[in-house]
Amino acid sequence: MRPINQTQISFSSNSVNEGYARAAVAAFLSQLDPTVADLSDIRTAVSEAVTNAIVHGYRDSLGTVYISVKIYGDGRAQVRVRDKGCGIPDVKQAMEPLFTTGGEERAGLGFAVMQSFCDSVRVSSTVGKGTSVTLTKRFTPKC
Amino acid sequence: MSVQISYKEGVMTARLSGEIDHHSAREMREAIDDTAQKLKPYCLRLDFTRVPFMDSSGVGLILGRVRMCSFWRGRVVLCGLSANLNKMVELSGIASVAAIERRAG
Repeated sequence: MRPINQTQISFSSNSVNEGYARAAVAAFLSQLDPTVADLSDIRTAVSEAVTNAIVHGYRDSLGTVYISVKIYGDGRAQVRVRDKGCGIPDVKQAMEPLFTTGGEERAGLGFAVMQSFCDSVRVSSTVGKGTSVTLTKRFTPKC
Repeated sequence: MSVQISYKEGVMTARLSGEIDHHSAREMREAIDDTAQKLKPYCLRLDFTRVPFMDSSGVGLILGRVRMCSFWRGRVVLCGLSANLNKMVELSGIASVAAIERRAG
């Protein structure tokens, strides 16, 4: 299916940009006239994916985070968050709840939150090349 | 982002304002810990009334404060959670280590 609208943004992997990233995605998706709860869910999931890219993908370096957002005619939105950072050696392990390499102040819930707040989460990663996280969510029309 | 702190009879309240993410959580944590480590309150209340958004970094923030307070046998109470924040709190299972004060009504 072809998207009916799409946008792309990219930004430096500075943590201050986490707020910008989720706000930009939410602003673009507001054309779907989403419920407050749906918009909050996708903001949260995007925040988790972008934080992963910044904290883990570019842990020892500064790089660029790429986000593409696509809207489909059936009310689905697809958000892809991509980095060209270090990659994940074991995606299955990284997606287990409470697994973290981020130290004591990280809860290890990033992927669990994405899975809970979206309809599907796909992760592809190559060590040394980067990681791509694709979030899909269907927006329920307001009654 | 700001943290307002008050203290009365062993209860330290930290009123958090602004979105909580990986970026803002660090400053909030430092503001809370600076005072909490001096006062060693038996109860640390984290008030989320003015927090419109929180991702799992907020869960990390809460868990870290529970761990810190356990050093002096203090406990953590969460209050002012909106529906959005509550969803995150429920997913995390944090209710097993911190008390949650529900809004009246």
